[in-house]
Amino acid sequence: MSAMLEVKDLVVSYGKIKAVKGISFSVDEGEVVSLIGTNGAGKTTTLRTISGLLRPVSGSIVFKGADLTTVPAHDIVQLGLAHSPEGRRIFPKLTVEENLLLGAFSRKDKGIRGDLEAAYDLFPILQERRTQPAGTFSGGEQQMLAMGRAMMSRPKMLMLDEPSMGLSPLMMKRIMTTVSTLQAQGTTILLVEQNAQAALKRATKGYVLEVGRIVLSGTGRELLESDDVRKAYLGED
Amino acid sequence: MEFAQQLVNGLTLGSLYALIAVGYTVVYGIIQLINFAHGEIFMIGAFGALSTWLVFFNGNTSVWVLPIMIIGAIASSVIVAVLMERVAYRPLRSAPRLAPLITAIGISVFLQELVRLGYNNPLLFLSTWNPFDFPSAKQKVPFPQIDVVTGAAFNVGGVVIQRSTIFTIGALIICAAGLFYFVSRTRTGRAMQAVSQDPDTARLMGINVDRIIIVAFVIGATLAAVAGVAQGLQITNINFKMGFLAGLKAFTAAVLGGIGNVWGAVLGGLTLGLVESMAVQFIPGTFGGSPWKDVWAFAILILVLVFRPQGLLGAKVVDRA
Ligand SMILES: Nc1ncnc2c1ncn2[C@@H]1O[C@H](COP(=O)(O)OP(=O)(O)OP(=O)(O)O)[C@@H](O)[C@H]1O
Ligand SMILES: [Mg+2]
Repeated sequence: MSAMLEVKDLVVSYGKIKAVKGISFSVDEGEVVSLIGTNGAGKTTTLRTISGLLRPVSGSIVFKGADLTTVPAHDIVQLGLAHSPEGRRIFPKLTVEENLLLGAFSRKDKGIRGDLEAAYDLFPILQERRTQPAGTFSGGEQQMLAMGRAMMSRPKMLMLDEPSMGLSPLMMKRIMTTVSTLQAQGTTILLVEQNAQAALKRATKGYVLEVGRIVLSGTGRELLESDDVRKAYLGED
Repeated sequence: MEFAQQLVNGLTLGSLYALIAVGYTVVYGIIQLINFAHGEIFMIGAFGALSTWLVFFNGNTSVWVLPIMIIGAIASSVIVAVLMERVAYRPLRSAPRLAPLITAIGISVFLQELVRLGYNNPLLFLSTWNPFDFPSAKQKVPFPQIDVVTGAAFNVGGVVIQRSTIFTIGALIICAAGLFYFVSRTRTGRAMQAVSQDPDTARLMGINVDRIIIVAFVIGATLAAVAGVAQGLQITNINFKMGFLAGLKAFTAAVLGGIGNVWGAVLGGLTLGLVESMAVQFIPGTFGGSPWKDVWAFAILILVLVFRPQGLLGAKVVDRA
């Protein structure tokens, strides 16, 4: 069986600066794959390249058999790949409901209303605030909205860029539980995190990125137990 | 009484500015470009209406002709605006800010000259072919005076209300209502707001940003075309330079209201029109009267830029990353 997402020898640069220096990884259907690494490792760059917002210098990105490197960014979500970006990036002047509906922009089917209800079931606070501008929300609420918005496209695979960034431990737990819920509901997940503990605990597979290269990979458990990861990311020595 | 009269005059002028100002502000809101050629889109609209009349209805001034003239105006403005975006601005999308700005000024001059030299001579130096006998646009061209809309003025308790005033203010009300509906209630309108707030994330939602940019140009051109017709009806003639000062004033109105904010453009337009009219009437001595009205208009702009740079309705501009 071939992987749902297969990234091979990906190189991405900003002008002369190489941010991603030839990485390969894959995500199979039903998995939660974690990509961890410190600041500036190239995690966001990788996700933005998969989504078509950046174009690679070389390498390939194949999602469900389609080469994404030539697909315009706005056509990628339609293929079943959603991206909840770093910093949440909700539309601040639009209401919660408008944000969610924009998540379903690529769809024309009749199921959008039903999925709106599903998003509200997943995060009841969003329903309470459905007519409020999203810019007034706390970080945790914005993260829930960003995830709900991404799910509104009914993705086969969801990419999350640091969903726990800046959240309280409680809220972080909430978000991570949701990741497991979404997986159980059949969504494949590529999770980018600095919080290695939380990300690896749930991961079927993990990759450690350091200055543009993958330096370690294995199952979530293997990485959690590896000395290198414990030293570098879990503050143990 | 004088006050009421100037109120009417100011609102008329202001409605015209507002209709044009929306075009500056929607385009700026999406791509942060001051489209200095937008005044010419207004001028093209006026000539488009005239051309429609000359081709299909020459001599006929019945009121039912007017809607078709408006459609002709909108079609002309929209076609020119979309071509302008495609040919001149899109290739410069990732160029430094100054490049599209200078290009805009170039297009502005180009369109003026094109109308001046080519209106009655569309093939220019190749031939003198002029199938519909269009007049030369090197000087003022009379604009058709349509029944009902341009007849005798109404007098309401001493205040003179021209019929073209009613047309202009009515046009603004209809356009503003349509725009409100479009922006806040339609799928494409929501997508437009999303692009103006965060273009990259909008693309992640599946929104084609190039298409939204075209929509912004189409909206601006549509309202400018309506303004072009209103102007023609009001002052009974049009000319190839009419977009210059009107464009500059409308741009001022857009900045006054807060550039990027559609309602700011409407408010800014009306405010500017009122300031001009009131200044003409109520500022005594040397600095009053109509020769000084443009000075007051731009004085307002400078005051706003100094004390409230984000404009009347603009949010504080946070430096965009
Ligand atoms: N727009 C940009 N222009 C130039 N360099 C950039 C740009 N964005 C990122 N970089 C550089 O590319 C490298 C990778 O950045 P990236 O944002 O992908 O890292 P990251 O792993 O997501 O980090 P973080 O955990 O801080 O979000 C960094 O060295 C960064 O400075
Ligand atoms: Mg990042």
